[in-house]
Amino acid sequence: MQYFAPTALNEALDLMASEDLNIIAGGTDAFPARGQTPLQKGLLDITRIDGLSGLEWTSTGLRIGAATSWSEIARADLPTCFAALQAAARDVGSVQIQNSGTIAGNICNASPAADGMPPLLTLGAEVELAGPSEIRQMPLQDFVTGPRRTQLRPGELVTAITIPALPPHTRSAFEKLGSRKYLVISITMVAVVIGCDGEGRIDFARVAVGACSPVAKRLIGLEADLIGQMPQQVVITPDHLSPLSPISDIRADADYRLDVVSEQITRAIHKAALPNG
Amino acid sequence: MDKQVSETMTDFLLNNQNVSTAPKAGERLSQTLREGLGQRDVKIGCDAGDCGACTVLLDGAPVCACLTPTQQAAGRHIETLAGLAGQDADALRLAESFQNHGAAQCGICTPGMMVSAVALLRQTPEPSSEQVQDALGGVLCRCTGYRKIIDAVVCSHAEQPVATSNGEVGAPIRRLDGANKVNGTETFGDDVAPRDALVVQIIRSPFARASFTFGDTEQWQAQTSGVEAVLTSADVPGKNLFGVIPAFVDQPVFAERETRFRGEAVAAVILHPDVVQAFDTTGFPIEWTELPSAGTVAEAKAAQAPQLHAGRDGNLMCGGFVKQGNAEQALASADVCVEGRFQTGFVEHAYIEPEAGYAEVVNGRVEVHACTQAPVMDLEALEIILGMDRRNIRIVPTGVGGGFGSKLDISVQPYLALAALKTGKPVRITYSRTESMQSTTKRHPSDIQLKIGATRDGRITGFDFSGDFNTGAYASWGPTVSNRVPVHASGPYRIPHYQAEARAIHTHNPPSGAFRGFGVPQSAIAQESLFDELADKLGIDRLEFRLRNALQDNTPTVCGQVFEQGVGIKACLEALRPAWDSERKAVAAFNAVNPVHKRGVGIAAGWYGCGNTSLPNPSTIKAGVRFDGTIVLHQGAMDIGQGANTVITQIFATALGVPVQQIQLVGADTDVTPDAGKTSASRQTFVSGNAARLAGDALRGDILAKVNASQTADLKFAGEMIEVNDGASSHWINLSSLSQCDEGYVFCAQETYDPPTKPLDVNGQGVPYAQFGYTAQLVVVEVDMALGTVTPIKFVAAHDVGKAINPMLVEGQVEGGIAQGLGMALMEEYIPGRTENLHDYLIPTIGDIPPIETLIIEVPDAHGPYGAKGLGEHVLIPTAPALLNAIKDATGARLTEVPATPARVRAAIKDLRHGN
Repeated sequence: MQYFAPTALNEALDLMASEDLNIIAGGTDAFPARGQTPLQKGLLDITRIDGLSGLEWTSTGLRIGAATSWSEIARADLPTCFAALQAAARDVGSVQIQNSGTIAGNICNASPAADGMPPLLTLGAEVELAGPSEIRQMPLQDFVTGPRRTQLRPGELVTAITIPALPPHTRSAFEKLGSRKYLVISITMVAVVIGCDGEGRIDFARVAVGACSPVAKRLIGLEADLIGQMPQQVVITPDHLSPLSPISDIRADADYRLDVVSEQITRAIHKAALPNG
Repeated sequence: MDKQVSETMTDFLLNNQNVSTAPKAGERLSQTLREGLGQRDVKIGCDAGDCGACTVLLDGAPVCACLTPTQQAAGRHIETLAGLAGQDADALRLAESFQNHGAAQCGICTPGMMVSAVALLRQTPEPSSEQVQDALGGVLCRCTGYRKIIDAVVCSHAEQPVATSNGEVGAPIRRLDGANKVNGTETFGDDVAPRDALVVQIIRSPFARASFTFGDTEQWQAQTSGVEAVLTSADVPGKNLFGVIPAFVDQPVFAERETRFRGEAVAAVILHPDVVQAFDTTGFPIEWTELPSAGTVAEAKAAQAPQLHAGRDGNLMCGGFVKQGNAEQALASADVCVEGRFQTGFVEHAYIEPEAGYAEVVNGRVEVHACTQAPVMDLEALEIILGMDRRNIRIVPTGVGGGFGSKLDISVQPYLALAALKTGKPVRITYSRTESMQSTTKRHPSDIQLKIGATRDGRITGFDFSGDFNTGAYASWGPTVSNRVPVHASGPYRIPHYQAEARAIHTHNPPSGAFRGFGVPQSAIAQESLFDELADKLGIDRLEFRLRNALQDNTPTVCGQVFEQGVGIKACLEALRPAWDSERKAVAAFNAVNPVHKRGVGIAAGWYGCGNTSLPNPSTIKAGVRFDGTIVLHQGAMDIGQGANTVITQIFATALGVPVQQIQLVGADTDVTPDAGKTSASRQTFVSGNAARLAGDALRGDILAKVNASQTADLKFAGEMIEVNDGASSHWINLSSLSQCDEGYVFCAQETYDPPTKPLDVNGQGVPYAQFGYTAQLVVVEVDMALGTVTPIKFVAAHDVGKAINPMLVEGQVEGGIAQGLGMALMEEYIPGRTENLHDYLIPTIGDIPPIETLIIEVPDAHGPYGAKGLGEHVLIPTAPALLNAIKDATGARLTEVPATPARVRAAIKDLRHGN
């Protein structure tokens, strides 16, 4: 079993085609998952591949390389609709984890409590995948199918997360709830992107919730109901939360999760929409 | 497919030196740095990115070395503390600041803290507290409570004062053993083994209760490359048994037929170091059969419950009982009564250093180098397990990266000693974080019923306490907990009619043992919570209610013990009065304008008897003067971060009459240091401190006698001469002209102190302790009423320490104890199988501890050295109830179960609104 750190994507794809390899990037999930057990497969380190790191504006929007670290995302100069993603970047684990952990790693690890998921869902993110025969693209919400499950095929790797341009007046906010300040797995989290018209009424709304379902979820019904409302008058109903299916675990019970999520959504909408929210 | 893990040459810059190394595929950088490149200043606490102890700089950015594949370092620059400490300007200033602020206690997290701080200081030379918290949020500390670390980083740019003190008693000098902690040279349990030592790995039970049979281990060993030997109970030459209380010794080194908790050892394999990374213990030939288990006290007490130990019917290990007056009658006739049920869960010590050590056989003697709180107890345990004469066993404690009670029990020691004797070669072992959490002791979960009655004018008349303590699978310190709780459950108050019973019940869980406070923090939650309820019911100010009932000199405790002096609880409570008044006003103003966030103020008090309960508890300290004038102090009181090396030396130096800088310390090593007892029960400053004072006095007396000088004479050590200035006359003693003893001393003294106590009778009446220490704490919290999150805003902590031998170290104990109490109150619960790591088991981070104001109260104690009292355990006793009382004050909701997680707090708030 070998450790490969290719610098070209083709080289990486060739290696994956010829050997059964695990992908490693920041190592922040790979090592804890392996624990003290011996290595089972060779490793493909994607962090040195040209074009896989960094943020880049394209004609259609923002392209974030798969191996881009959370620190790079937090430091980048981005429009206001990315505030939630950048807040999430600063909430991932700790400085150490943010310096190593990557955006694609966060998604491919497919934890129900992945901090990156709610903000990326609200941004309409798509996943770019490179395989032996094709490069394909799919919405993030389709890519992650369940806890620890994705649509990644054998021989395929994520090359980038792409985010289509959003209306310039949109702003976003992120709310994370945990039992301590740093290094904490979310009990629940909420990301919103909100735009308001000249009268202050909501004319653009995206809301996503993490750690309340097997995969973080957009609340499409709520998003539709928000249009035309004044942010400070928003009321979240149980119906709006019906797509969620939280579990009870060591961090909190299911009822609590639903209870606080509606408060977090309200706060996030205020934070995003109101000057002093 | 090629299953060989290949190695590739990897070149990088390590602390400005080019290095070339051949890591295995996917090897952790922490492993390569420590074992391949000898960089043992990089510490490993969790191997999962949860503790940050292994933080290094990768091209200037802090990363966890345990999460970094070594191959990613290729062509890059790695900086570690040892490299930075020698040359980096920020690191050099930081090292001074850390020492001046007391920011390193045990020192295991210090490399991670300092490396992270250097990265911050390079970008932000004068950071704010908030910037420091954000930058250091990924490094856990279990000793300091973080505030001194924040202060040290914030102040590192300022000029550091040059210390001038002689270190006499009362001087806030920096630690005498601090330099190694800030430059990366301190060696802990995993830092001392030679690189080619064999590695011991333990085979553990995957079930709470299981029977098991071994397959053919000889054949397996023969067929598996790199296995030097296998150990099972059959390899234990003495008794396969250990324990800390002689009457309750019940724990096997290796389970023999059945395991009693998840993580219990059944066998060990001894491996060549080069196969360890690729070794898979799942191939070991053993068959498990899971058996029905008793996971809770309720299950263990059930009629059909499996019985853990013969002769302990109903799984009741033992109980403790204290009775004075007639509680039942007093409660029946009380004007006002309150009662309640309070529950707490397992709490993990979570020191950042997992248990580790190495052993070798030297001239037929076995030498064990490991982290420990009790070297002589380790030796005595090995004597029985190995069936060896104690003269053939040597315990050499390494640096201890936190203990808090759990490292009183043996852990790695028997496996090391057995493996060294079996193979005749040096062997090492390091517990993984999960092994450490699964197999070592915990704080007892408690389930307490308490009823308290008082007169209309607020005098407590009756108190009836009954508590079940989940003592886990083996006795450990469970008997101590069940004895201590009834003695302390009253709190530091006068209660004429009192009854308290505590029961230790076995369950199929890790053994519950000693953890800072021995059960008293649990009982204080019940007692101090109900004191608030009682005060409220009576319409009396909560602080005033406590003052009205506080013990004083010459009032009897619930054990009938009467102290004629030294009772400091009133002084502690009164010291909180200004903060109590001002903070309550501030909170009322805040709440008037904030509908969602509500603040509250809570207070609670505590007491703790220092040393063993009604049992002998001696410490011995030896000191000598060499012919060249070197003064050597044989200091066997284990410094586990609390500062015994400094405090004991300050006391000794003061008694002898010399500056601390002139004293050379000989650490705890059972070959060269007399027994100073265990670091436990807040006894070292008091008991070993007294022995040090006596040794200093005796040595001084011998020197003065040599020249017939008076007691007030001044000693000056100058090379081979001692100058004795006695008023107008001066004398010189030429040390090189004196005869030396076998140990090379021209003057030598060894003194023992044992605190005066008396046995307790059947009703727990007697003299359990020679002294108590006292405390009262105040906390302001902010509760998010919608989310249930609790944010402590500030603490004010009044502690009666009799005499603060070193005020800076006193503050360090206070802040660290509060952090542990806060963790217990708000976030910590160990659940076997579920929170066996440091990302599911949460301890406070640097962002969770608010500013702490320590008020040092000095009501001297006649028994203490220079009036000093113990402190370590007292600190966290009032913290949890003060927090619960503050939550009640803020929200109106009384939490009766800890941890008060956001979900529990929110549920309690909702219950209140629904009128439940």
